[in-house]
Amino acid sequence: MPAPHAVRAYFAVAAAGFRRYSTYRQATIAACVTNSVFGFLRCAVLLAIVDVRGGVVAGYDWPQLATFTWVGQGLIGTVLLWATPEFADRIRSGDVVIDLLRPLDLVWQQLAVDLGRAAYALGLRLLVPVAVGALFFELYAPRRLATYALFACSLVLATVVCFGCRFLVNAAAYWLLDARGPQMAWTLASGFFGGLYFPLWFLPPAVAVAVIAVTPFPSVIQLPLDILVERGSLVTQVEMLGVQAAWAVAILALCRWVQARGARKLVVQGG
Amino acid sequence: MVDRALTYGHLIAAQARGQAQYRASFAVEVAGSVGFGILDVLSVVVVFRVTPTLGAFSFPEVFLMTALADCAFALADVCVGNVERLRVYVRSGLLDAVLVRPLGVLGQLAVMDVATRRVGRVLFGVGMVIVAVAYVPVSLTPGRLVLLVVTPLAGAVIFASIFVATAAVAFWWIESGELANGLTYGGLNFTQYPITIYGPMLRRVFAFGAGFAFVAYYPALALLDRTDPLGGPAGLSYAAPVVATVAAVVAGLVWRTGVRHYRSTGS
Repeated sequence: MPAPHAVRAYFAVAAAGFRRYSTYRQATIAACVTNSVFGFLRCAVLLAIVDVRGGVVAGYDWPQLATFTWVGQGLIGTVLLWATPEFADRIRSGDVVIDLLRPLDLVWQQLAVDLGRAAYALGLRLLVPVAVGALFFELYAPRRLATYALFACSLVLATVVCFGCRFLVNAAAYWLLDARGPQMAWTLASGFFGGLYFPLWFLPPAVAVAVIAVTPFPSVIQLPLDILVERGSLVTQVEMLGVQAAWAVAILALCRWVQARGARKLVVQGG
Repeated sequence: MVDRALTYGHLIAAQARGQAQYRASFAVEVAGSVGFGILDVLSVVVVFRVTPTLGAFSFPEVFLMTALADCAFALADVCVGNVERLRVYVRSGLLDAVLVRPLGVLGQLAVMDVATRRVGRVLFGVGMVIVAVAYVPVSLTPGRLVLLVVTPLAGAVIFASIFVATAAVAFWWIESGELANGLTYGGLNFTQYPITIYGPMLRRVFAFGAGFAFVAYYPALALLDRTDPLGGPAGLSYAAPVVATVAAVVAGLVWRTGVRHYRSTGS
């Protein structure tokens, strides 16, 4: 963890992240519209399934599935599933040297910016799709009060895990220069195994459990949503939070290790 | 005319050579583009794990629609998919350079960014259509064979029109960001499933407003020898080329109006 005297600096960086993203107002609105369009499209498929099956599908009833879809669309922008490869570009161009010169750890510094960004995203990117969904569909309201607190924690952990994954993908540029391969792999895997395109429990249960345990992707979308729609008991919810926390710690440790190795590998051309 | 075609030919060849120089990157991106196609198909497989039918259609039938949609989208994506970068060109002022050259703006942009790496997904799409036709199975008459060849081409024109028309929004609204994705990638998502599953609002906007019902759903009905559960006339199955022509004309008009509306950033 950062030393206490650095904490203020990280807060300042996080605040800067918040302010920076709050200036992209038009793009935020455009993204909200797109997320909502996909919300309608995904809901139509799920509703068609419920029409045939009736009642409960893979352990979710209809309001739970609707909530899963709409909050999932809101999560895309909150955890920022698809970000521009800004860090990879900075490594390639050598601009990353400026980041390294700051007396702050690069991983914590970027995490602080990302948490500031996520705090801003809560207001529009999360709320707008959820509001649109609530307007057109019957959504599931959590029955247990504790769920709200657990979901808030889950949201923070999801943001941290997603940040870590994106950092690793970008950091591949230290070795590859062109990080488009890892970038594509992340886009493919995070959507499919994250639970964005369909709830992971649509897969055979053994496969779903395996994906949740051995890959970080479900910790970004699937687990926060399962916690929110109260799949299972309070104990199950806490366990899911535990899985997310474990992934957050593991990924951040990996980020720091990779960054330390990468910085030694970095060659800045020219001057 | 011939001169112009030759010029475009040279430009495309130069782009293709350039992109193939970085072999590892090129291979990775070809694999990635195929990956997107595979995941589209897998998503449909997963949906049918939890339900026997979807909107009154069985898995092989929906699979055929998905294959047709993916094939059409991939084809359009190779040709004009990168036109979505227009907003970057408008903001950076690069479009000024394009405008002073003695070639069409849209043609140049398409050629500048021709995505040879996405050819992988086209091949995958064609493969999936063949697999679907064998799996359903479609009893192939000469008429159906023609329909099978024309459908992805007409579908590609429809998708390409949507790509161009939505990208042109950047002439008016530079910060439109991901807005176009709702209709382009959203359109792909829409066409992969029978339109019977959508409510009246989505059907009006996507199926008929944007013409997406003619990419896969209506042609597939004729291939499957099924009547429309929504009660549409059988002739709709063969209307895709007409719809594609209308879409292309409208997209062309939107684009022209946009280009005239372009104001340089002055940088």
